[in-house]
Amino acid sequence: MGLDIRWPIGIMFSLVGLLLVVFGGMTSGTDIYQNTSLGININLIWGVVLLVFGVLMLLGAIVGGKKPPTA
Amino acid sequence: MQPIHLAWIDYAILLAYTCFVIGIGFALRRYVKSSSDFFLSGRSIPAWVTGLAFMAANLGALELVGMSANGAQYGIASAHFYWVGAIPAMIFLAVFMMPFYYGSKARSVPEYLNLRFDGRVRCLNSLTFAVMTVFASGISMDALARLLHILLGWNYDISLWICSAVVLVYVLKGGLTSAIYTEVLQFFMIVLGFAPVVFLGLKDVGGWDAIKAKLAIVAQHPATLSLGDKTFQPDAWTSAWKPVLAGPAANPMGVDAFAVVFGLGFVLSFGYWCTDFLVVQRAMAAKDMSAARRTPLIATVPKMLFPFLVILPGIIAVALAASPNKGYRLPPIAIKEANYAPAIADIKTPTGDVFEKVSKDLALHLDKAKVEALAQRNAAKNLSDDQIRNGLQDAVTDNDYNGIILSLVKKYCPPGLLGLALTALLASFMSGMAGNVTAFNTVWTYDLYQAYIAPNKPDQHYFRMGQFATVVGIIISIGCAYFANHYSNAMNVVQLVFGFVNAPLFATFLLGMFWARTTGTGAFLGLLGGTLTSCLFHAITLATGNAPGVKGGYLAGYFGGAHIFPSEMAQNFWLASFAFTACFLLTLFISLASKRTKTDEELKGLVYSMTPKIKDQDQPFFMRPAVLGIILLIACVVLNIIFF
Repeated sequence: MGLDIRWPIGIMFSLVGLLLVVFGGMTSGTDIYQNTSLGININLIWGVVLLVFGVLMLLGAIVGGKKPPTA
Repeated sequence: MQPIHLAWIDYAILLAYTCFVIGIGFALRRYVKSSSDFFLSGRSIPAWVTGLAFMAANLGALELVGMSANGAQYGIASAHFYWVGAIPAMIFLAVFMMPFYYGSKARSVPEYLNLRFDGRVRCLNSLTFAVMTVFASGISMDALARLLHILLGWNYDISLWICSAVVLVYVLKGGLTSAIYTEVLQFFMIVLGFAPVVFLGLKDVGGWDAIKAKLAIVAQHPATLSLGDKTFQPDAWTSAWKPVLAGPAANPMGVDAFAVVFGLGFVLSFGYWCTDFLVVQRAMAAKDMSAARRTPLIATVPKMLFPFLVILPGIIAVALAASPNKGYRLPPIAIKEANYAPAIADIKTPTGDVFEKVSKDLALHLDKAKVEALAQRNAAKNLSDDQIRNGLQDAVTDNDYNGIILSLVKKYCPPGLLGLALTALLASFMSGMAGNVTAFNTVWTYDLYQAYIAPNKPDQHYFRMGQFATVVGIIISIGCAYFANHYSNAMNVVQLVFGFVNAPLFATFLLGMFWARTTGTGAFLGLLGGTLTSCLFHAITLATGNAPGVKGGYLAGYFGGAHIFPSEMAQNFWLASFAFTACFLLTLFISLASKRTKTDEELKGLVYSMTPKIKDQDQPFFMRPAVLGIILLIACVVLNIIFF
C-alpha cells in the first residue's frame, strides 16, 4: 500500500510522548505520583520512552525512503 | 465502583489516537480502488506489518482482561495458552500450510475449501464463520460500552454507537489495510500502555522472587483470598508444568497433561491458528509468498513474550492481595443494583440471622464478620444508604477476576499514564471489531454473495458490495452487542455452539492438505459428524460443581449419569479432542468409501503431495521458514524450561 505505516506510528507516538513529557514536567513533584506510581514521575520517564520510539519509527520511514503522505 | 475522573491530558491522548485511526482510513482511501485492494490490501504489505497484525488481530481486549483473570486464578500455567496453545500451530501454519493458502490464490479460507473439496464444505464453513464474526464483534463492543459506562460513567448507548462509527469510518475508507494498520498501532499501544503498569506492579511487590514467596503461601491456603477451597503445593501458581504433570487435583486449572498437550496444544490451537480466516487473512495480504510465510513466524516473537504483559498482572495482583501492607484487594464482584434495596432493608431492621438474609438478598458470598459489624454500626448510629451500600460492597468475598487489570491500572496510573492505558484498552476493543468486520465482509462478498447470489459481475460491483457489507456488518454487530447486554445466557449458548463447530475443523484441513484421497463428501460428512460429536460429548459430561444445563450434562440421564471432569477447562479440552478424532476418522473412512471427484491435476497447489516444493535455497539460510521455525520452537521450549 502506498502509505508507509511508520509515518502514522511515528507521528502519533512522538506526539503522545511529547504530551506526557510536558505534562510530567508540569506536575513534577506534585502528590499525584505519591498515591499512584510509587513516587516515580512515570509520565516524564515514559513520555521520553514513547518519544524515542516515535522518533525511531520516523527515522525508519525516512531511511526506508517513502515520501510522507500529502493528503 | 466510583467512576474515574479523567484529566485533560487523558482526553488529549484518547483524542489523538482516535484522530489518527480515522486519519489512516482517509489517507488510505485513495489507494483503495478495486475489490482486491479492499479485501486483500492488494497483496502488498510487508511481512513485519502483517506479522504484528496477525498477532494483534487475535489480541482483543477480552484477551487482555481474560488473561490477567486467568493469571490470578491459575498462575503461570495460563501461559500454556501461548507457549503450547499458539506457538507450535503458528509455526506449522507458516512452514506447511501457508504455501497452499497463499499459493492457491484463494481469497479466503472458505474459498480454499471450495477449491480443495466442493461448495458444500465452503458453504458450511463460510456461513458459520460469518455469523461467528458478527457475534464476536458484538460481544467485544458490548464489553467496551459496559466498561466505559462503569469506569468513566459514560452513557452505554452513546459509547457503543460512537466507537462503532469510528470503526465504520476507517474500515469503509481503507478496507483491510486500514484494519491491519490500526491493528499494528493497537499492538504498540497495548505494549507501551501496559508495560509501565506491569513494571510498577512488579517493583511494588518486590520482584519475581518476592512473588514466588507470597504465592507459595497463597497456594497452600487459597481460601484466604477466595481462590477456591482446595490446597496445593507451594509452586502451584509459579510453575507452568510441575503442577500440571502432577495431575488435575494438583493444579488450580484442574487439567491433566494430556488434555493440555493434545486438547489445547494440538486440536484447539491448530484449529484456531491454522484455519480461522480472521488471522489467516492477515497473512494472505502479504506482498509475496515468502512474506506470507514469514507473517506467522514474526508473530510468534511477541506472542511468546506476551504472557509477561497479560498474565503477569494477574499474578502480581494475587501477590499484592496477599501482602496486607499494600492496601490492595482483588476486586469484588459488583452488587446488582436491584439487589441493594432488600439488603439495605435487612441491615436497617435486622430480624434473625442478618448475615444469612443479606447473603440471600445479594446472591453472593459475603464476609460474615464484616456484615455483622455493619449491622452493629448501623444500630449504634444510623448510617446513610450510601454508607451501607459501600459497606455491603466491601463485604463481598467473590472475586471479579475480569476487573483485575483495571484495578491495577487505577492503582498505579497517575493522570497521563491513565489516559495511555485506557486508550490502549479502547484501541484493542475497536480493532477487535474492525478485524471481525473485515473478515466478515470478505467472506460474505466472495464466499456467499459472489458464489451463490450474484456471480459474474464486474469487480466494481463486488467492491461496492464489500463496502455495503461493512456497514451492514457493523449494524448487525451493534444489534449483537445489545443482545449480549440483555441476554447474556443466550449469548453463552451461541458461543458454545461455535465451539462445537470449530473443534473438529482442523481434522478436515489436515486430511485435505496432506492426503490427496480425501473427498468432498468425506470432508463434509466428517465435519458434520465431528460437530455432532461435540454436541453429544457436551450433553453427557459435566465439570465439578456445575448443574446440568448450559454447562452440559443435560442428556446424561439417558447414558447412566454424566462423566464428571475436575474443571470446565478440562471438559473443554477433552471435548475438542473427541470432536477432532471423530471428524478425522469419519473423513478418513467416508473418503475411502466414496469416489474421488478431483483429479491430481486439479489438486495441484492444494495438496502437499501434488504441489512442487517451494525452493528456499535462494534465501539466506537463516531466513528460510523451516530454519526460522526451528529456532523459534527452541526459544519457546527454553521459556517452558525456565518456568517449568
